[in-house]
Amino acid sequence: MNPRKRADEGKLAPILLREISGLADPPLRFMEVCGTHTMSIFCSGIRSLLPEGIELISGPGCPVCVTPAGEIDRAIALSQLDGVTLVTFGDLMWVPGSSTSFHQEKAMGGDIRVVLSPLDAVEIAQEEHGRKVIFFAVGFETTSPAIAVAVKEARRRGLVNFYLLSSQRLIPPAMRALLSTGRVRIDGFILPGHVSVIIGRGPYLFIAREFGLPGVITGFEALDILEGIYMLLRQRREGRAEIEIQYRRAVKEEGNQRALEVMGEVFEPVDARWRGLGLIPESGLILREEFAGMDASRAFVIPCEDKADPPGCLCGEILQGLKSPPDCPLFGKRCTPEDPVGPCMVSSEGSCAAYYKYGGGQ
Amino acid sequence: MKGERILLAHGAGGKLSHDLLRELFLPFFNNDILRVLDDSAIIPTEPSKLAFTTDSYVVKPLSFPGGDIGRLAICGTVNDLAMAGARPLGLSASFILEEGFSIEDLEKVLSSMREAAEEAGVMVVAGDTKVVEHGAAEGLYITTTGIGVVPEGVDIRGSKARSGDWIIINGPIGDHEIAVLIARGDFSLQGETKSDCAPLNGLVEAMLKACPDIHCMRDPTRGGLATVLWEIANASGVGVVIEEEKVLIREEVRVVCDLLGFDPYYLANEGKLIAFVPEEETEGLLRMMKAHRLGKGAVVIGRVTAENPGKVLLRTRIGGHRLLDPLSDEQFPRIC
Repeated sequence: MNPRKRADEGKLAPILLREISGLADPPLRFMEVCGTHTMSIFCSGIRSLLPEGIELISGPGCPVCVTPAGEIDRAIALSQLDGVTLVTFGDLMWVPGSSTSFHQEKAMGGDIRVVLSPLDAVEIAQEEHGRKVIFFAVGFETTSPAIAVAVKEARRRGLVNFYLLSSQRLIPPAMRALLSTGRVRIDGFILPGHVSVIIGRGPYLFIAREFGLPGVITGFEALDILEGIYMLLRQRREGRAEIEIQYRRAVKEEGNQRALEVMGEVFEPVDARWRGLGLIPESGLILREEFAGMDASRAFVIPCEDKADPPGCLCGEILQGLKSPPDCPLFGKRCTPEDPVGPCMVSSEGSCAAYYKYGGGQ
Repeated sequence: MKGERILLAHGAGGKLSHDLLRELFLPFFNNDILRVLDDSAIIPTEPSKLAFTTDSYVVKPLSFPGGDIGRLAICGTVNDLAMAGARPLGLSASFILEEGFSIEDLEKVLSSMREAAEEAGVMVVAGDTKVVEHGAAEGLYITTTGIGVVPEGVDIRGSKARSGDWIIINGPIGDHEIAVLIARGDFSLQGETKSDCAPLNGLVEAMLKACPDIHCMRDPTRGGLATVLWEIANASGVGVVIEEEKVLIREEVRVVCDLLGFDPYYLANEGKLIAFVPEEETEGLLRMMKAHRLGKGAVVIGRVTAENPGKVLLRTRIGGHRLLDPLSDEQFPRIC
């Protein structure tokens, strides 16, 4: 956003808020699916401005939050092997596995590195040809194309020391699973902008067709989110349930075909376990057979077992919108950003961390 | 000593140590107090309150746009003294050098320290060097300690903020941390951002002339603006409300923050100060600050309230509120 547009925020927000108040028919619960939306909603103080009875709840859209502790454990176990360099995104550093975190392992001498782009992991593999470089890939459709490009680049360079531990997940199957339980009361979705840049509008149509709920693909600025809420309210007022795009400056109807192609070339869908949501059919991505040699889960014997989520932690229910962070008995007591128990508290995009840091948006 | 490298023997206390001291360090910090090379520096002073502070500098990389570890080591300690309203009397500088470190690079750091010390009008009057084995450190660490005199009538403390005070900052936030981050090259970022690293004692001296009744002052270094505001709110038992649209953040800093998911309110600064001042003094103080080279960007960013003691609220551009808590840990880039 340019400075001029930022200055406009103060002028335009009251207009949108007036429109929202005029259309609001509370009580209403809208779920934002993306962690970046969660952060943006808290940072801009949107919750404190909405009419009473309009509630924004956070869904399963933070990739760190939905990664089961067992998968973190497996990546940590790999980082402890001789000659292994584990590379991952920064969000993962403080996420607790069942007994330790990357951050603690790094302090103990583990070769664990943070990158911004998966291609940086390929560079590390090229430079450190004596070591086995494993990229722990956590993320949604937003990052999968770049990870696919990195895999292809490693192949092109003929690197034999680059591996991928894939813990990638797909958003639409998780939303279907969430709605199919029938347990969550949602009146509409603020749909993820970044994921939608890749997948477009089509994959969400089932939400409107099968579940009769409206959805708006929304950008991340405060005005985007307010407009997204306004569009949801307008659909409800007009008795419509459609998937609309607010974030038109970035999202095309059909998504990014090139990105989808490269994803499809390198990965295939697989049933995947989500923290709090359990096993969801075809909701994860693994390397296709053609790239099996780079698959860390096949190339290494990983000495650890799945363990249950920490006792008392309500991250699972929070991720489904069934509970709110303050409902968790551990919230702010046993579980804080300094010493997190569950991933919703550790991830910068987690709803517990946002609640804790920004005072529940009040 | 061009082309030479630091050896373990440079830290052993023998001839090489003396050579290093006399040939390299002394010429940079040549002054009457240091030249005698006694075990302690003797500093003449008047009967008054003394301010005393120490800090260690371990920045990576050693050099970055707008400064280096040497400039940082001088400015950091001078600024800690200045935040108490103290006039610095002298600094000590202790160097931990890694075996193999190039003398030429050390000279560059010393030269930069000299320049910063001259800018601040302060002398390095005592020091120490130790050399550790190759691999036991990352080139060079510096610890500086400073001693200063607090002028009569000046009483600046973190616990003195009062409801109704206005809060002033002297420019945009986040430049230092983003400059270092870009220079580190970890994330293939590029940019023109320069560190704001500067000695603030001159500005503070002028501020105290215009307004001797400044209640609190802090330099928002590590932990950023949010953390120091929270510290003062807690020490004084008051609430703080900051206006998002008043806090200046350069566009490039904002872009990097957006990209990495960093919150600019937690970024480190090395040439910024915040001051809590009585409302009636604010206008005159601002006018004076704007006339100073390091105070041109001075602006009121918020006020102190009796409500919400111990809390810092940010009033967002769209009129909402959010809490600014202290930084709980280093910021990491997010996934998406």
